[in-house]
Amino acid sequence: MFNAAEMSEIPLTSSVSKGCFVFKSASKKRKRHVGVEVLPSLHQLNKKVLDSLAEFIKKHGLGCSSDNWRQRARETPTAALMLGVNVPDHAMTFRSLCNLLQDSVTPFVVSVHAKECAAVKLLIQKVLEQLMGRGVSVDEEQEDDTALLQRTQCTISALCQWYKTVTKSLPVVVIFKDFEAFNSQVLQDFILICSRYTQELPFIFIFGIATSPSAIQHRLPHSVSSLLCIEVFHSLSRTQHLASVFDKLILNSQFPFKLSSRVIQVLVGIFLYHDFSVQNFVKGLQFSMLEHFKSQPLSMLCCQKQEALLSAKTLSKKNVERIRHLPSFMRYVETQEPQEQVQLLTNDEHVKVTLLFHNKLHVSCIEKNLWETEEYDSALQLLRILAKDELVAALRKCAEILKSTKILQNVLQQLEDFIGRLEALEGVSSEDSSGNGIISGKMEYQRTDLFQLQKTLLEKESRRTKRMNPYEVLRSQVIEFIDSLVREYLTPAELQPLNEVCYYSSSGVLRQRLNVTPRTSIQAALSHPFYYLQNESLKTDAGTISSAAPDLCIVYKLHLECGRLINLYDWLEAFLTVMSAAEDQDTNSEECGKYDSLKHARFIQAVSEMEFLGFIKSTKQKTDHVARLTWGGC
Amino acid sequence: MSHQKSFQYADLLSVLERVVDIMSAPDQYSYPSVFIYGHRATGKSHVVLSIMKDLELPHASVDCVECVSSGLLFHQVLSAFFGPDAAALLPRCPSLSDFVRLYKQMSSNSPATQTRYIILDRAERMRDMDFSLLPALLRLQELVNDNVTVILLSEIVWEKFRPNTGCFEPLLFHFPDYSKGKSLVQILSWDHHPSYTPELYASYINILLGVFFSVCRDLRELRHLAVLNFSKFCEPLEKGEAKESDIHKLWKNIEPHLQRAMQTVYLREVSSVQWEQQQMDEKEATTLRVLSAHAHIELPYYSKFLLIAAYLASFNPARTDRRFFLKSHGKIRKTNFLKKHEKTSNHLLGPKPFPLDRLMAIFYSVVDSRVAPTASVFSQISSLVTLQLLSQVGHDDQLDSPKYKCSVSLDFILAISRCVCVCVRLLDLLALSLVIQSQVVRQERSLFTAVSNLHLL
Repeated sequence: MFNAAEMSEIPLTSSVSKGCFVFKSASKKRKRHVGVEVLPSLHQLNKKVLDSLAEFIKKHGLGCSSDNWRQRARETPTAALMLGVNVPDHAMTFRSLCNLLQDSVTPFVVSVHAKECAAVKLLIQKVLEQLMGRGVSVDEEQEDDTALLQRTQCTISALCQWYKTVTKSLPVVVIFKDFEAFNSQVLQDFILICSRYTQELPFIFIFGIATSPSAIQHRLPHSVSSLLCIEVFHSLSRTQHLASVFDKLILNSQFPFKLSSRVIQVLVGIFLYHDFSVQNFVKGLQFSMLEHFKSQPLSMLCCQKQEALLSAKTLSKKNVERIRHLPSFMRYVETQEPQEQVQLLTNDEHVKVTLLFHNKLHVSCIEKNLWETEEYDSALQLLRILAKDELVAALRKCAEILKSTKILQNVLQQLEDFIGRLEALEGVSSEDSSGNGIISGKMEYQRTDLFQLQKTLLEKESRRTKRMNPYEVLRSQVIEFIDSLVREYLTPAELQPLNEVCYYSSSGVLRQRLNVTPRTSIQAALSHPFYYLQNESLKTDAGTISSAAPDLCIVYKLHLECGRLINLYDWLEAFLTVMSAAEDQDTNSEECGKYDSLKHARFIQAVSEMEFLGFIKSTKQKTDHVARLTWGGC
Repeated sequence: MSHQKSFQYADLLSVLERVVDIMSAPDQYSYPSVFIYGHRATGKSHVVLSIMKDLELPHASVDCVECVSSGLLFHQVLSAFFGPDAAALLPRCPSLSDFVRLYKQMSSNSPATQTRYIILDRAERMRDMDFSLLPALLRLQELVNDNVTVILLSEIVWEKFRPNTGCFEPLLFHFPDYSKGKSLVQILSWDHHPSYTPELYASYINILLGVFFSVCRDLRELRHLAVLNFSKFCEPLEKGEAKESDIHKLWKNIEPHLQRAMQTVYLREVSSVQWEQQQMDEKEATTLRVLSAHAHIELPYYSKFLLIAAYLASFNPARTDRRFFLKSHGKIRKTNFLKKHEKTSNHLLGPKPFPLDRLMAIFYSVVDSRVAPTASVFSQISSLVTLQLLSQVGHDDQLDSPKYKCSVSLDFILAISRCVCVCVRLLDLLALSLVIQSQVVRQERSLFTAVSNLHLL
């Protein structure tokens, strides 16, 4: 078991990308490396775009002196880098872009953020600071000059002077990280000023754009945009980006930790419905990994095969007992012969041996990348309409995978036989049934837009009433074969014995943690104080207001019955009634109905707490009234 | 300025003569301030600066865009006249009186032998600076007691500068636009290609102006376009398909090309480098991806719905929500369902602000599934604001009841709803709410085309 103190030792943020996970087992006090296939740093994915950007800057940095006429037109080379709508995700891309440019093209790279550049002055200051500060720090001899530079005016002409002293004739790259957020007047002025100095100072701009390139035309008038020479660069689209992360992390046999389909649904749902943030997705993955290792003691077996074997041999009695209680293991036991059952339930050693065997089976199952059973049907239907060459290619791919795994050799044989027969059909004129270039790989995760496409394709298929040609006959045979193969070997992961070791399946917890609903929890706390306080006296039936509840809860429940405007006096009256209802029970209450200043004060405090929580606010529409800011009653 | 439209080259010369006249007696006191205005690229700064250069007059040239504070302006003027050491004497945040004091001190050390000129380019920016700066500069000669003239260059007429309190009236000069017939052709023909005759280049310029003159009179831009497209113009000549005298053939070759240039490279939809590249490998018929072709924005699923809801909230009157978004709305009589002013407006009036809870109410009724009010739904609203697809209105009550406006166009919303609308109900809703606006939209469209036509003329 892991206690809280040890959990805090786990590097939370850098875990997946840094490599090994270090856990201390409380019982054994030894470090365990759960081999985690490293997340290939995300900039690898954007490498193509970044390289082409660097190429663009190199080209313009060198070519600006030769192209005489462009100097006359005072055009500043500009790259519009399209990055997708999730702005926080861009940070990593920009960091790697900066590094790449500084390493390979020019040391003069400045990146600015809209927040820090509310005025042109601040923007210029930022640019100067980053450029001249850096130049000085590289060259220590110029140390005395820094004092001078600080006193010089914060203008681009000062920058020009400085640039002449550096004399490296390399371009100065200014990266606007969030183009949309910049004040357009600031941008316009900055571009105008810079364009005055293009002769002496070869500027190159990079706009990080989240929406679409037309944002440039919306922000800048023609007189300014005519000073730019804009080229558009597209980064990987978010969904493609996610798909590659999927390939690298989840569909990877090196990575022993797996997610159940429900958990994947939650994570992908957050991605598609809410934020389009790959970074958040990876964080969600990290979180579920932590949760898994924390909540499932048997997760110690979830590591690379060698280590798993080792640790399986040395399992403690307690843990073996835990394995026996796993539902999947119990199912497995039920399917075995009776004496085997007895052995499994009594002999620890035997359990361990079977465990080793299962571990192997499990890994082989994962290696075939088949985990999304509900997607299987649609993929099969897709296969059914594939053109011949695509089918052969897909089969080849399967054969490749099978070859590398060295199991299921007979299957491989059959597959190769099919491929041979397909190729023999070459002579027969087999028209391409539907030339659609979807390479389904095998069972890759299908996204919604693909579904649309499939639907239309399927409709097309059903309309066609041609006679089947030899190719089609063979194709249906192949599909039948694959279908039977899949049904035989690829049972859903949930049915595999010991899936609990590798699969994290508590999607509810994940949803609760990652997709928080602050308002619902506040409302739950206020309307059902028992939920959080766990005090028996607070247990009430639905709809009634208990006087034992905190004042705030009483006030909250009372306000739910009101309309948009709440009369404070009526509210107070109701509050006092509830309070006195409690007193009626224990004393005969002589002062019932009398204003108790203590109760009054309690009411006022509760109301101001309500205001603090954002449920009400004071209004000028009516005296003695407050306005409700939420709608809906009890 | 319409009466000045027929200005010819000769008029420009007369203006020049008068300008030079003022500057021709440098040892005498000159007029304290001169205001020169004219459209972009009519040669204001070029003329003034080359006169300064040719007559070797002492001058300080300052671009007002650069002067983010008046201190920078003072600094530049002082360092141009008296060297950087003098400018360094300015205190940290110099006021106008600091400047005048320092100027006086310096000019008494080195009195002006000839008129000093301060040239302020893009002087319209001065209006945003300290309000006393412009009147003071106009009579700087008096203030510093020196032979100094301030020349203001601007694209705006003087009437827009004159402060409420009144000020010294500067001498006004207008640089007229170049006329199509003579001056533009003449000027553009100056940079003809050495390997072709000037006549050919002149005829090329004539063709170019025929296409572009209606949309662009900026000399700088025209020159840029002329250089960009000249190689294409010469293509038939190089291939030997036509002779220099076959103007008609050359025109036929270049005209569609120029039309295309007007739609793309002139609007900077395609960068000039890409345009050149395209000319080179024209045979491969590469279709350039223009900027506005990527108008599509990938948004998360709920963000799309939020945006649609925001659009509906912004363009529908709040009174009609009940009818559009409630399944069992009361019967509303059709005749007076909409008030008169509501019938005419909406799209012409632009988006109206709406409170957050109205947005959420519409959002919940538009989305087909049940959505929990999670933090990420709300954070999507703020990220839509940072993407400037929504804009936040008013700043007084941001915490309790923020108000928003939808700042995307109908076409954008239609495109989004097309990729989202699996459910027919939403389509209906959109259609329903748009029926009211369709008439208005039609009006608006015709208005747009009318406006753009006017612009072309």
